[in-house]
Amino acid sequence: MEKGQTSVALSKYRDQHFKGSRDDQEKLLFTSSTLYIGNLSFYTTEEQAYELFMKAGDVKRVVIGIDRFNKTPCGFCFVEYYTRRDAENAMRYVNGTRLDDRIIRTDWDVGFVDGRQFGRGRSGGQVRDEYRTDYDTGRGGYGKKVDKNMMDKTGDSGSGFKAKQHWVR
Amino acid sequence: LLQYYSIIRKPVILFLYFRCLLPVSGMSSKRKYSSDESEPEDDEDGKTKTRRNEASDVEHTLESLILRVGKKSKSPVESNLEGLASVLETDLPNYKNKLLKILCQQVVKAPSEMTVYTTLVGLLNASSFNFGGEFVEMASRMLRECLKSCEFDDALSCVRFLSDLVNCHVVESSSLLAMYSAFLNIGNLPGVRRVQSDWYVYAVLSSLPWVGRCLSATKPAELNNLLTVIDGYFSHRDKSYLSMLRVWSTDNPHPQEDFLECLWAQIRQLQSAHWEETLIVRPYLAFIGNLSAALQHALPPIEPNVSEDDVNHYPLPWVVYRMFDYADCPADMSLLPGHHSIERYLLEEQVTQILADNHLERKVCAKALVAHPHYDKLPLNYIIIEVMFGQLLNRRTPPYLEIAYGSLLIELCKERPTTFPIILAQTVQLLYDRLDTMHITCIDRFASWFAYHLSNFQYRWAWDDWLDCMQPDKDSNHPKLWFVREVLAKCLRLSYYQRVCEFLPETFVMLVPPEPKPDYRYKSENRQTENPEEDIVGIAESLIMTIKAKSGIQEVVEVLKRCPKPSDDLDDPDVVTNSIAIDVFTQTLFFLGAKSISHSFSALAKFHTVFRALAESEESQILMLKSIYDLWRHHHLMLILIVDKLVKSQIVTCRSVANWLFSVDMAADFTRMYTWEIMNSTLKKMNKHVLRLQTELSDVEEKLVGRAMSEVPSDIQAQAEALQERLEQAQAEQKNLFLIVFQRFIMVLSAMVTDTGPASNSPSWNRVVHERLQELFLVYNQQINRYTTTLENLLFTSDIDEHIYNVFQQYKALRS
Repeated sequence: MEKGQTSVALSKYRDQHFKGSRDDQEKLLFTSSTLYIGNLSFYTTEEQAYELFMKAGDVKRVVIGIDRFNKTPCGFCFVEYYTRRDAENAMRYVNGTRLDDRIIRTDWDVGFVDGRQFGRGRSGGQVRDEYRTDYDTGRGGYGKKVDKNMMDKTGDSGSGFKAKQHWVR
Repeated sequence: LLQYYSIIRKPVILFLYFRCLLPVSGMSSKRKYSSDESEPEDDEDGKTKTRRNEASDVEHTLESLILRVGKKSKSPVESNLEGLASVLETDLPNYKNKLLKILCQQVVKAPSEMTVYTTLVGLLNASSFNFGGEFVEMASRMLRECLKSCEFDDALSCVRFLSDLVNCHVVESSSLLAMYSAFLNIGNLPGVRRVQSDWYVYAVLSSLPWVGRCLSATKPAELNNLLTVIDGYFSHRDKSYLSMLRVWSTDNPHPQEDFLECLWAQIRQLQSAHWEETLIVRPYLAFIGNLSAALQHALPPIEPNVSEDDVNHYPLPWVVYRMFDYADCPADMSLLPGHHSIERYLLEEQVTQILADNHLERKVCAKALVAHPHYDKLPLNYIIIEVMFGQLLNRRTPPYLEIAYGSLLIELCKERPTTFPIILAQTVQLLYDRLDTMHITCIDRFASWFAYHLSNFQYRWAWDDWLDCMQPDKDSNHPKLWFVREVLAKCLRLSYYQRVCEFLPETFVMLVPPEPKPDYRYKSENRQTENPEEDIVGIAESLIMTIKAKSGIQEVVEVLKRCPKPSDDLDDPDVVTNSIAIDVFTQTLFFLGAKSISHSFSALAKFHTVFRALAESEESQILMLKSIYDLWRHHHLMLILIVDKLVKSQIVTCRSVANWLFSVDMAADFTRMYTWEIMNSTLKKMNKHVLRLQTELSDVEEKLVGRAMSEVPSDIQAQAEALQERLEQAQAEQKNLFLIVFQRFIMVLSAMVTDTGPASNSPSWNRVVHERLQELFLVYNQQINRYTTTLENLLFTSDIDEHIYNVFQQYKALRS
C-alpha cells in the first residue's frame, strides 16, 4: 500500500440506502470531502464537533444526526470540509481520538443530502442502538431491545426516558 | 528470497536460482507490467514480446530487491548486501541504466538507509569500475540539479551520500575535500547572502560525522585546513536574527543556540574525540578487504550557481530546541548525550527523519519511533518528545498540523503507557515553570496542545500545582496566568461549561471561564423608555415577531427603518444604515440563531441581502462586528465561526476585520488567544484566495504553453486575461491588508506611553503585543518577502520606536 494510505482507506461500510451502484458509491467515497462521525454522545454539540474538526482544516458545515421521531440528537454527525485533503487529515488525526470524552470513529461519506441526518433504527435512532446490550449513559442507557425487554418484564424502561429529559444541557 | 543466499553463496547458482523464480512470479507481474508499457508489435514468431516482458519482470524484481535490502530482516544486513551485490553484478551489463536509476533515486528517497546503499554501490564499484564511475557521475549530476531547483533537503542527502562513498572507496577523499572547499568558498563570492552560504557550510558540517574519521586518517592536513576555514566563517557571522527565533528569551537553564553554531560545536567535540562515534551503522566495515582493493573516482566539479533570485528558497535558520539534559532523565539508563555531543545531533536527525517518513500514519509512526535500535539503550524517548515539541513550539509554523503532533503523542502514550505519559507530564510541568520567558507564539501553541491533550485524558491534571498563577503579583497578561486562562478557554470549547466546573478544583473557582451564553442587549428588562420613537427594545421585539412570522425581507427592512438615528449620524431618513439599525438587526438575528452554529448560518443566509445592505461601508462592517462581539464575547468559538462566515459570504472584508481587531473596543481582549485566531484566520483566508487564483491561472496558462497566439481559442485567452486581472487585484488587496495590519501595530505600540486605555502602561501587555508583531513576520514571511522594500520605505522607517525598528531589522537579518 502506498505510504500514507492506510488511515484514509475506505472502510467496509457501504450505505444500503444509496441510490446507485456500488461502483458509483465507491467513486463518490474516493473523492468525497464529507466524513461520517460515529459513537458521539447524544449531548455532543455542533460547536464541540467544529472545535475538534477545525484542527484538521477549514470546516464547511457540521450536520448533527437526529432521531427521526423525536428529532433529538442520536449520536452521529457529518462533517463536511471544503477540500478532500482536509478531510483526509481528519481521518488521519481525529479518527480514534476523543470528542466529548468518547472515542469517535470517522469514515468517508458520499456527501450529505437532506434526509441522511435521520437515524434509521426502528425506534428512530441509529440501528446500532437497537441491538446494543451495554449501558451507555451518553447514548440513552441501554439499547432499545434491552429497554423493551425490561419494559415487558418490569413495566419500566431502563433508561430512555431519562435521556430525553436531559438532552438539552 | 534472500534467505537462500546465506546457504548457497555462489553467484552463478544464485543467478540461476533467481532466474528460475521468474516464471512463477511471472504470470501476475507479466499482466501487470505489460499494461504499463505500450504493447510491442507482434513479431512473426512472438519472441520479441516475450523477451521484453521477461526483461521488465527482471527489472521489477531487481527494483524490489534493492528497495528492500535496507529493511529489517532475519539475516543481518551485511549478508543481504553481499547476496544482492552478487545478483546485481551478473545483471550489470544488461540492466545497467535501470540499476543506476534505482540506486540514484534511493539517495534521496531513503536517506535513513544511506549507509546500506553506499555499501552496495561500493561493492558494485569493486566489481565494475565503470559502473562506479557512472554512478558517481549520475549522483553528482543529481546534486547539481537539486541545487539548481532549490531542493535543499534532497541536495543534503546527495552531499552526505557522496561523502559516505569515500568510506566505501568509491570516491577519492581529495576530490571530496575539493568539493567541500568549493562549498565553503561560496561565502566569499560577491553578492552571496549569509542564508545561502550557511546552507553550504551546513552541508559540509553535517556530512563530517560519516566521513570525518576517514578524512583525518587519509588527508589530515587538508581536513585541518578545512576546519580552520570554517572557524574563520563563524568569526564574522552575523546572528542578529536569533532573537526572532528563540522560544525563551533567556538561556537559563539551556542555551538556545543557533543551529549552525551548535553543529560546529558538536563537530569540534567529535574532532577532539578523534572522530569516533558509535551511532552510525556502517555495513561497509564488513567488506573492508574487498572495498579497499577498489579503484576510486574523482567527483566532477560541482559549481553551484548561487543567485540573488533564489534567496527566498533557501531554508531559514533555526534555533536548537532544548528542554532536557541528562539530569531530567531516569538514573537507571545510559546518560542522555550532552548538548554538544554528535550523538545528540545524530539521534535528533534520525528522529526527525522518522517523523518525516511517517507523519501521515500516526500508528506506524509511533511504532517506528519506539522501534529505533537505540530506544532501550538510552533515553531516546526524551529525545523524541524534545524533537516533537521543538517542531510544535517553533516560532514559525510547525512542519505538520498541530493535531498531527497531538494525536501522535497520544499514540506514543498507548505504545508505552508506563513511560510516555510520565515524560509528557514532566514536560508540561517544565514548560509551565519556564513560561515567564516563553514567547507568546509558543505559549499559544503549548496551551492549545495541552487543552487538546487533556480532552483525551478526561481533563485530569494536578491543577493545584499551579496555584501560583493566581498570585496578586501577576496581571492578566502574565504568562502563567495567561496560559492557564487560555487552556481553560480551550477546554471549554472542546467540552462544555458544567464539565469545566466539574474538573477544576475549588481553589480555581476564580479562573472558571464565564458561561458561554449570548449577551443580548435588547431583552425586555433592558427597556429604557415606553416612547415608541425611542424604544429600541420595542423595535427589536417587532423584528423578532416579523422574522418568526416569516413575513419576508421587505417587512424586516420596514421594521428597521423605525430605528432612531443616533445623534451623530447625518444620514438621510430613508437610509437604513445607521449604527442603531445595524446593532439591532445583527444582535437580534444572531440571538435568534443562538441555538447552534447551523441556526446562525441559516439566519445569515436567509437575510444575506439585509446584511449586505447594512454593511455597505467599512465603518458599518466594523459596527456589525462589534455587535456580534458584544453578543458572543463569552463564546469565542461562535465569534470566530460567525466572523469567518461573514468574510466568506463577502458581507465583511478582511480589511474590516483587521481594523476591528485593532479598534479601541477590542483593546481589553486584544491579547487573548481567540483574537489572534481571528487575525490569523483572516490573513490566511486572504492568502488562500490569492493562492487559489494563482493555481487557476497557471492551470489555464498551461493550455497556452507552446502554442502560438493565433492557435489559441479566444475563450481561453479571455479566461486567462480575466484571471490575471483578478489575481492582480487580489494581490493588491493582500498587500494592502498586511500594510494595514503592520501600520496598526506600529500605531498601537507607539501609543503605549500616551494611551489611557485599559491596558496602558502594562509591561506585559506591551510585551505580548510586541511578540505578536514578531509572530506576523515569521508566520507570513513568504508573503511579506515581496513587500520588504515597501515596508521599509513606508512603515519601518528609522524614526519609529527603536524596539519596533529592531523587530524589522531582525526579520530582514533572517535572509541577509
